Amino acid sequence: MSDTIMVVVEQREGKLNRVSWETITAGQAIAAATGWPLDATVVGANVSSIAGEIAGKKLTKVYAVESPRLEPYTPDAFAAALKQFLATRQPRLVLMPHTYQVRDFVPKLATAIGRAVISDCIGFKHEDGKLVFTRQMFQGKLAADVSFTSDAPWFVTFQNGAFRGDKAEAGASPAPVETVTVEIAEGVIRNKPQEIFKEAKQAVDLTQAEIIVAVGRGIKEQKNIEIAKQLADALGGDLAASRPICDSGWLPMDRQIGSSGQTVAPKLYLALGISGAIQHIVGMKGSRAIIAVNKDSEAPIFEIADYAVVGNLFDIVPPLIEEVKKAKG
Amino acid sequence: MKILVCMKQVPQKDAPLKLNESGMWIREDVSYEVNEPDAYALEEALRQREKHKGEVVVITSGPARAQQVLREALAKGADRAIHLENDKFVGLDAFNTAKAIASAIKDEQFDLIFTGLQSDDYGYAQTGVILAELLGWPHATIIMQIEKTESGIRVKRELEAGYFQFVDMPLPAVLTIQSGINKLRYATLIGIKQAKNKPLRKVTFGEVQSAIGNNLQKIERLYVPQKTKKTEYIEGPASEVAKKLVDKMRNELRVL
Repeated sequence: MSDTIMVVVEQREGKLNRVSWETITAGQAIAAATGWPLDATVVGANVSSIAGEIAGKKLTKVYAVESPRLEPYTPDAFAAALKQFLATRQPRLVLMPHTYQVRDFVPKLATAIGRAVISDCIGFKHEDGKLVFTRQMFQGKLAADVSFTSDAPWFVTFQNGAFRGDKAEAGASPAPVETVTVEIAEGVIRNKPQEIFKEAKQAVDLTQAEIIVAVGRGIKEQKNIEIAKQLADALGGDLAASRPICDSGWLPMDRQIGSSGQTVAPKLYLALGISGAIQHIVGMKGSRAIIAVNKDSEAPIFEIADYAVVGNLFDIVPPLIEEVKKAKG
Repeated sequence: MKILVCMKQVPQKDAPLKLNESGMWIREDVSYEVNEPDAYALEEALRQREKHKGEVVVITSGPARAQQVLREALAKGADRAIHLENDKFVGLDAFNTAKAIASAIKDEQFDLIFTGLQSDDYGYAQTGVILAELLGWPHATIIMQIEKTESGIRVKRELEAGYFQFVDMPLPAVLTIQSGINKLRYATLIGIKQAKNKPLRKVTFGEVQSAIGNNLQKIERLYVPQKTKKTEYIEGPASEVAKKLVDKMRNELRVL
């Protein structure tokens, strides 16, 4: 066991997922706090160019873990490859972004070696030589500091947006890259993935919208969507929703904001009856201004709101529509 | 097909939570409900049984109050239920929860195990995948569609940003189910009546204790998160709030 930190960056179909820069920033911060060296790894069939891309950052070493059986992605192959590789390197801490792909294989990998994952973390603390990781609980209403009680390696995944990818420090000179070939036996991979596809073309592009009026569960009934639409129309903005609204079929899926929908950054995001589950917040927290209306004063959406209205949206929205119309003359 | 659905009872979404005296956990006097993705997992299991025959078994772990989610599932049409009943199950990490479930079902032969993709309380998003690895089964996560094929199943995985992927896989398998995969049904009166006579097996902590070990992670403290953003609260009667908001939009945000 060595006191090193290993970031495993994410690539999909040969392209680096940008969220990986955030994980490198997180790794650099933990390295600065602990004094442990920081390495990075990319896993795939032919990933030397990605290894080269990340080697520009301040890292001790970069590994390209390769096998032809790693493309296309399967949890069986990724867990097998990393299990082999980590056994040779024995890092203390393994960091990854909390993406859908990582969620698909990292609990399997950790279980295969009898270790745990502290998942979806938003930060870390280094207290008296002990590392604890902060994660949200109960839909963000509470936070928990969590430590490992097992032997290393310790696996940690970080929530999208928890660290700034553009703050990943460049190295004085490129980090050395080593290619490690892993053997994955034929029978290991049980799933047969087909091509990745996008559902019928997205009719609505909310990423360019300047004003978004978004509705959540607080809208209660499908027929009530109309008042949100009227407000969006009065403001000259677009109508959007949190996932449960689209799941219920009250608005089409292409109006969904969040980890499984669109990521937006309008000048104004008006959240009506949205509690602010993490999966929604990751899709809109980049908005320049957020106004939230919710009857639950403890709704996590208020944590990130610039202006908060604790109250019933059905009381607030009708006069708001009138005032907006007046203001627009 | 014989399908196991893992379900969890969680605090209601808009329930205000308070820390207990020890500051290590929440006070128990809140309202609970079934974890939303688990409700979709149950619905999908019932639909698969309607198509392919078989059996739907539901399982949960937690104190006596957690039995409510099993009763509801039986009322909706599940055939029988398993309850790992003890307060201690609440404090298990995902690794040990999966081990407890694996131990409780060791004499069963399921074709499929469904879990919700994550819980609304802890949000680990791990228990299903860990369970698959413990059983030595393949798995697929965040599933939006399941079709039976000649050699197993074809599932539709949701990827990020609107992308999807079909995956063919053999049985038995573990699938974590995404909310919105189907439309939920309501329990009927006759279903609620019938549920009372359906078998519910209780599993004590002692029965699975030898299968689980120490937790591999520990919550050091639980707390109300510190706000990082300055939030201005707009108060007053609705008409006044509306005027103030428009003033902010016009003069501070400059979007009007």
